[in-house]
Amino acid sequence: MSDAMLEISNAVKVFAKGTPNEHVALDGLSITLNKGDFVTIVGSNGAGKSTLFNAICGTFLLDSGNIALDNEDITYKKEHKRSHVIGRVFQDPMKGTAPGMTIEENIALAYSRASGSGFKLALNKKDVEFFRNSLSEFGMGLEDRMKTKVGLLSGGQRQVVTLLMCTLVPPKLLLLDEHTAALDPATAQKVMDITQNIVKKYNLTTMMITHNLKSAMETGNRTIMMDSGNIILDLDEKERSAMTLEDLLKMYSAKTNQDLDNDRMLLTKE
Amino acid sequence: MVLVLGSLQLGLIYGLLAIGIYIVFRIMNIPDLTAEGSFTLGLTVSAVCSVAGHPFLGLFLGMLAGALAGVVTGLLQTKLMIHPVLSGILTMSGLYSINIMIMGESSNLSLINGTTIFRLVYKMFPDVSRDVVKIIIPAVFAVAFCVILIVFFKTRLGLCIRATGDNEDMVRASSINADMTKIFALAIANGCIAMAGGLLAQYQGYADINSGVGILVVGLASVIIGEVFGGRRNVTAGIVCSVLGAVIYRFIIAFAIKSSIFPAYMLKFLSAVIVAVALSIPAIQSYIGIHRIKKGGRTK
Repeated sequence: MSDAMLEISNAVKVFAKGTPNEHVALDGLSITLNKGDFVTIVGSNGAGKSTLFNAICGTFLLDSGNIALDNEDITYKKEHKRSHVIGRVFQDPMKGTAPGMTIEENIALAYSRASGSGFKLALNKKDVEFFRNSLSEFGMGLEDRMKTKVGLLSGGQRQVVTLLMCTLVPPKLLLLDEHTAALDPATAQKVMDITQNIVKKYNLTTMMITHNLKSAMETGNRTIMMDSGNIILDLDEKERSAMTLEDLLKMYSAKTNQDLDNDRMLLTKE
Repeated sequence: MVLVLGSLQLGLIYGLLAIGIYIVFRIMNIPDLTAEGSFTLGLTVSAVCSVAGHPFLGLFLGMLAGALAGVVTGLLQTKLMIHPVLSGILTMSGLYSINIMIMGESSNLSLINGTTIFRLVYKMFPDVSRDVVKIIIPAVFAVAFCVILIVFFKTRLGLCIRATGDNEDMVRASSINADMTKIFALAIANGCIAMAGGLLAQYQGYADINSGVGILVVGLASVIIGEVFGGRRNVTAGIVCSVLGAVIYRFIIAFAIKSSIFPAYMLKFLSAVIVAVALSIPAIQSYIGIHRIKKGGRTK
């Protein structure tokens, strides 16, 4: 038994093995997260960031290597069983909610993973009141639209609902996959603030992929950089605070021996 | 008057079918063709049991058999990853043989010497007119199924099923077992459809292997007509309006026969046209919209 919440060792995943399109998505990656760690992940497109998340969630099984969550080996556990304790927010606001169902129904859906029987009525007065209060903490006025279909909300509002759905029952691990990238800057900032508040409130172990280097440096207590399916840089809070954005960019170029050709990364420097 | 009563009776029976079709096509968004087989399966099981003197057991077993057919289609779709349309066709074709086997290697069966729930009620209440009984029994079933399903789709499991049809991506990434919810929904839907078949057998007093042909289109037409009357608002409205749509559909058919504009054998063709037209309305509207913009949108 250890303090580690997530332990990945020697994770390997190769797509289209044995064909000309063979692509090594994870190349013997190992990482350990302690309880309450908030890790930001940066890296160019195709570096394996999302693949890492998919592997943790069980979208596919690893070719080799192990994943342990809270000292339980979940390497071969089914996706929907892992999701009881892993919350995930995608970049695409459409992915995390059911558009044809109301806000309260969506939240009830997420809330029901906490407790038992499927034949209980999903919405009782007490639960709805609880959902309302939780939503009102975000200060977006969504608590007055509980019976609105989620499909009618904006992308930012949908991401906030998704965030609440993922954290209403605090998960052991929260995975944020560029969850503010599809939002306008003001909304993105707001969703980011809400995210940080939630993570702090429940002391959640969190991993966040972002292309915004600035926010990667400022958020959480640790930053890792990925390239070609492995971690090329791992900075803890101390090392990170001693660094500037320029240092990080330089380091990135040096480590990968190539110029930054990812315009998105350059553009979001500031 | 006979026509009005007959339409109401049949409409209520086909209302159960419409509920089943609504569940798969609208809530689950699965193009499932099992209905043609499961409807006849309910019909044959109910008929055979009625002949043996067990009409209630017949309805129950028929419903169960239909649900089982739904499970088979569901397993083909999810666990064996066969295309949903093909899965339905496979189950449907297989059931054709099974249904002949159930009816004792015959393609039809008369219930003339059997016990049906209709005849039981006639005996119990000899003073009540038979036409009224024939409305009340299907109405009781229709209302009971509506109430049970409306409540069911408000339970946690019900929400999970609706979410699977609404956004499968989300469900796959959440703690819901999407395969399980799909199979469950197909079972419930085909159970309803088989119940409609079972009631029909006892209502009309005979079972025929071809009763299920074109039944899917009938169900879809009912659902679409129901949507005109507000069935799109939410699931509760959708279920109630499907039954309403089935009744209205029967009235339309009865009117078409009565006015003798069309010969009776053209009814399936008419149903198909109604469904095709109704389903194409959104596309036609968008064409008209594009045409208007092209015509009037230029400023120069």
